[in-house]
Amino acid sequence: MIKNKSLKKFPHDHLLGIEGLSPPDLNYLLDLSDYFAMHLDKKNTEKFKYLKNKICINLFFENSTRTRTSFELAGKKLGADMLNISVASSAIKKGETLIDTAMTLNAMQPDVLVVRHQDAGAVKLLSEKVNCGVINAGDGPHEHPTQALLDALTIKKRKGKISGLKIAICGDIMHSRVARSNIHLLNTLGAEIRVIGPATLIPKNIESLGVKVFYEMKSGLANVDIIIMLRLQLERMSGSFVPSIREYFRFYGLDREKLKFADANALILHPGPMNRGVEIDSELADDLDRSAIFEQVQMGVAVRMACLKTIVENKAKNGK
Amino acid sequence: MENKKNFNNNKKLSQSYLLKNCLIIDNGKNKIFKNDIFIKNKIIEDIDKNLTNKIDPETSIIECEGMYVAAGLVDMRVNITEPGLEHKETIESASKAAASGGITSIICMPNTTPPIDQPAIIHSIQRKARKVALSKIFCTGCVTRNFEGKEICELRLMKESGAVGFTDGYKTISNTRVMRRAFNYAKSFDGLIIQHAEDPFLKGNGVANEGEISTRMGLLGIPSYAEAMIVQRDLWMVNETNCRYHVSHISTKETVEIIRSAKKKGLPVTCDTSPPYFILNELALENYRTFSKLSPPLRTEEDRKSIVEGICDGTIDAISSDHTPQDQDAKRLPFNQAEFGGVGLETLLPLTLSLVNNEKIDLLKAISLVTINPSKILKLDVGRIEKKKEADLCIFSISKPWKVNPEKFHGKSKNSPFDGILVEGKNLMTFVRGRLVYES
Repeated sequence: MIKNKSLKKFPHDHLLGIEGLSPPDLNYLLDLSDYFAMHLDKKNTEKFKYLKNKICINLFFENSTRTRTSFELAGKKLGADMLNISVASSAIKKGETLIDTAMTLNAMQPDVLVVRHQDAGAVKLLSEKVNCGVINAGDGPHEHPTQALLDALTIKKRKGKISGLKIAICGDIMHSRVARSNIHLLNTLGAEIRVIGPATLIPKNIESLGVKVFYEMKSGLANVDIIIMLRLQLERMSGSFVPSIREYFRFYGLDREKLKFADANALILHPGPMNRGVEIDSELADDLDRSAIFEQVQMGVAVRMACLKTIVENKAKNGK
Repeated sequence: MENKKNFNNNKKLSQSYLLKNCLIIDNGKNKIFKNDIFIKNKIIEDIDKNLTNKIDPETSIIECEGMYVAAGLVDMRVNITEPGLEHKETIESASKAAASGGITSIICMPNTTPPIDQPAIIHSIQRKARKVALSKIFCTGCVTRNFEGKEICELRLMKESGAVGFTDGYKTISNTRVMRRAFNYAKSFDGLIIQHAEDPFLKGNGVANEGEISTRMGLLGIPSYAEAMIVQRDLWMVNETNCRYHVSHISTKETVEIIRSAKKKGLPVTCDTSPPYFILNELALENYRTFSKLSPPLRTEEDRKSIVEGICDGTIDAISSDHTPQDQDAKRLPFNQAEFGGVGLETLLPLTLSLVNNEKIDLLKAISLVTINPSKILKLDVGRIEKKKEADLCIFSISKPWKVNPEKFHGKSKNSPFDGILVEGKNLMTFVRGRLVYES
């Protein structure tokens, strides 16, 4: 199916994070995603049923609508049997430990587990205890690799490249797994990354990940090609990290005024869900020329198809 | 099985021993010399050359050629968790672990359940210790009732009952008014206040040292100055009250500097550190290893080097194991949810000797850090080899290599941050009050 036979195999059993993946690894996933993206809209998806009779479990310890649905849709398009485990109604709430949950699910012999957890490193811990492949769908403020991949794919499709682009990531960097995964991925592929936000939301020594730090939108957005806006969690808005929503929006919310600082063709991305009027102006978010927010959602399905296929097939090849 | 073979807790047994040709590390006289030691009726009866002719016929003779004999180790920071959390460690299991590690005096922290905040708890621990413990057990008491940091406990009554110092364990006394009162009050009867220095507000829910590693791993960081800040704050009150003040397990460069200058000024301040802080750094958190989740957290390489310097120049007075047992369920969790702390009784001696083997300090100095120095800080009558004193001894090989394998530990919990590393130096025999309590 993939024309480019020179593609190297993806050499990992799990997809736990972007940190540590090489440019060929990333390009492998991006090219495969791109292939799926190009053929997604066609009615005939029968030929994509690579994962027929494979079992994929979505295990979400944290609430999620878009990521979970996106994985579910991706799995279904590939013909896999998708199971969703909702934590609210499961034994985990009754005090079962993560490792026990992992062992129980492992005994059901799934082919891949898609896991989101509120603690950094939890998905890695779980991956050590199961025989199937594991895809990290977000672990605390650590990593969210499929989100970074879909952002990269969106950028690549709109701008034709990643290398050499100036990319600004704005907002709550400290609590954002999306920011960390994006920094690793876009850096590895040769972009120039800046992070912008109030100092209370910039984690210490973030420069060591290869980014420039700005505390002002004006200087930070100067000539950037891509603006990735991050969601500000409700509980962090009033008083604890920023004094109020209106103060935050005044200085860090993206509106047409601030957008003028960026390159005239700058593209806006947001991992969602958006807080309209907090980090992004409502009208701007809906402007399809400038905002790729809904395109991101489509790319998300393609990226997750690529990841599910890669991880399931790798594990099948390497034996259980 | 092994326990029965190696340990001896027959209290009625009063045997005499002759340790022949041992290399005696005498921190009192500050020299190492070769002699025989004769142990009889719990005490060191004689130290001299060729005692073979002077001993009773029923004496057991132990040939110690090439072995070092030091005073039994004094470990000034041990969390025993009995009463309250006996599934993690009991007085018996901790004292076994201690005996196998060459430690003959354990100073236990008050964070038991209920906490040691009144004399009755001390009595109960001592009663239990007399029955089951292989090593000597000393208690510290809480500074404030139930660690609440509000009202000071019956410090003086606890001292009368045997408390050797006062601390809120893993809790920093954050209220300065309470702290000042505690210093003032303890001063009046020459009490010792021991502080775990970490600003609780800066710590928050932090689990790692704040910096590149915590940022990369997505872990909530604790700024390293959270420690130095509290020490500096307390030193104002020490300066005012002249109360004796000891800082536990220091871990940062800034703390070393502050204590160094306070000592120059002549303030009555002492401090200890623990092996993780001079051997490991924050990179040990790799792969979210929960055994490396300690309080205070592992710091940067620069901090680690400063701690070594602090040990070398005498700023740091003692090394404690900071033994904090945690059962599997408390550590087999995502990093954020896992408990803090690592066990250390069985690795204290070889890790301290690593400073000698790396040529940072000499053997006499290394041994003083785990014997006479902590004993002096706590004003105990242990930690030295002297005629007519109780025979608490640790006989060890300085070069014997072994691999740390917590599965072979004698303590109940196996959460060692040093799991799997190679060390040199091993305790071979331990005497407590003239009894051979452990033999490897």
